[in-house]
Amino acid sequence: MKRSIVCRCEDISEEDVIQAINEGYTDIEELRKKLRIGMGPCQGRVCIQLVARILENKTGKKVATIPRPTVRPPLIPVSLGTLASEKDEK
Amino acid sequence: MKSKADVVIIGGGVNGCSLAYKLSKKGFNVVVVEKKYLTSGATGACGAGIRQQWSTRENTSLAIQSVKMFEQLSHELGQDIEFRQGGYLIAVHDEKEMNQAEKNVSMQRSLGLKVDILQPEKIPDVVPILDVKGMKAIGATFCPTDGHANPFKTTFAYADAARNFGAEINTHTTVVNLKTSKKALRAVITDKGTIETDVVVNAAGIASKVIAEMVNIKLPLTPFRKEIMATERLQPLFEAMVISFKDGIYFSQQKEGQIVGGIPIPEEKGGYKTMPTIAFLEHMAHTITRYAPVLKHVNLLRHWTGFYDVTPDARPILGEVKEIKGFLQCNGFSGHGFMISPMVSQLLTNFIAEGKTSEVLESLTLERFKGKNIEKELSVVG
Repeated sequence: MKRSIVCRCEDISEEDVIQAINEGYTDIEELRKKLRIGMGPCQGRVCIQLVARILENKTGKKVATIPRPTVRPPLIPVSLGTLASEKDEK
Repeated sequence: MKSKADVVIIGGGVNGCSLAYKLSKKGFNVVVVEKKYLTSGATGACGAGIRQQWSTRENTSLAIQSVKMFEQLSHELGQDIEFRQGGYLIAVHDEKEMNQAEKNVSMQRSLGLKVDILQPEKIPDVVPILDVKGMKAIGATFCPTDGHANPFKTTFAYADAARNFGAEINTHTTVVNLKTSKKALRAVITDKGTIETDVVVNAAGIASKVIAEMVNIKLPLTPFRKEIMATERLQPLFEAMVISFKDGIYFSQQKEGQIVGGIPIPEEKGGYKTMPTIAFLEHMAHTITRYAPVLKHVNLLRHWTGFYDVTPDARPILGEVKEIKGFLQCNGFSGHGFMISPMVSQLLTNFIAEGKTSEVLESLTLERFKGKNIEKELSVVG
């Protein structure tokens, strides 16, 4: 079966997003919590723009007016060992 | 939006949606009003744990009955809420904690809960990655029927089921005011219109205090910011939630494989600030790698904040307030709203549908804070 991948971290396709929108999840935060888009290592860098575009197509809301999910630190994955050693040195 | 309802629920978290489901199933005309989106408050930020090991009899009993309902919930709602029972392992660090643990366990057993005190050498049998020396444990308590569920899926499943029974759920809708007359609730005024109703349930999490102030009811709620983190996904390593009251840490591995956990920030005070801090990350990383050294090789992906709406005795405020007929509270969960939500919504449904109150419901009304002897829940973590 042909699938267009939207979220590589969580393996979510365009079809999955469209289905969730059809089920009534029309807020990016709700889609995120339903499908886990943006919860992987890239934190939504790849998928959120695409999801916003799909939402525009489905709901007519303009991409620019769709609120984006809160950006959560850290910007890139950091090992717990690195974070723990920071405290050891103090 | 409907202009009339039997019951208006303010707040689209797990408790609001669970109550909407139970009331609409009984034939009530229910409207939910949520300021942002479903699970946007404490429900969506929570650690997903479901625990029955408490220090007060009421909380233990509520939790035991809630677990029985969680066991049936995926089937009942027709959607998988990812409920799984891997147990809760509570580390015990010194004699004083051991005395309290023994007291708790004997009370919990008297309510029929299966719970054991473990010798330190038995701890890795339950969670193999734990280092007993590093965590400075002299033992632990373990209840195998404690567990987890997915807070998003649970709330969405309740909301879908409620809609199927005719409930109307309005997200991105803000309550502006409440209308009363003759000491009774009459209407909820929102930014999208007014809904006439005789019953309003205030399930708005930390915003519950603001809602209650609209009708001059003071709720003793203090918002406490909590931070929580998630790692990358891993193969299954352990099933239990690990917690310590002394260190305040809790962590567990979720179904998808990520480890989720939190710890209080040492210098944190009450307030509405939401920014996550580096201090938390360092403290959490330091403590979790002391408990489970192997985790130092694991990447942290993100961390976020959520709020505990804390009451003076760390127990929820439920039921009708004395001053205004039809104004019900469903807040003050102090960090454990998700895990007792099945019973909370059941108690409130019994009250709204049949006028039935109960000893537990009576013991959790706002009235209790007017008395002098409140029993504080001691088994609080995070």
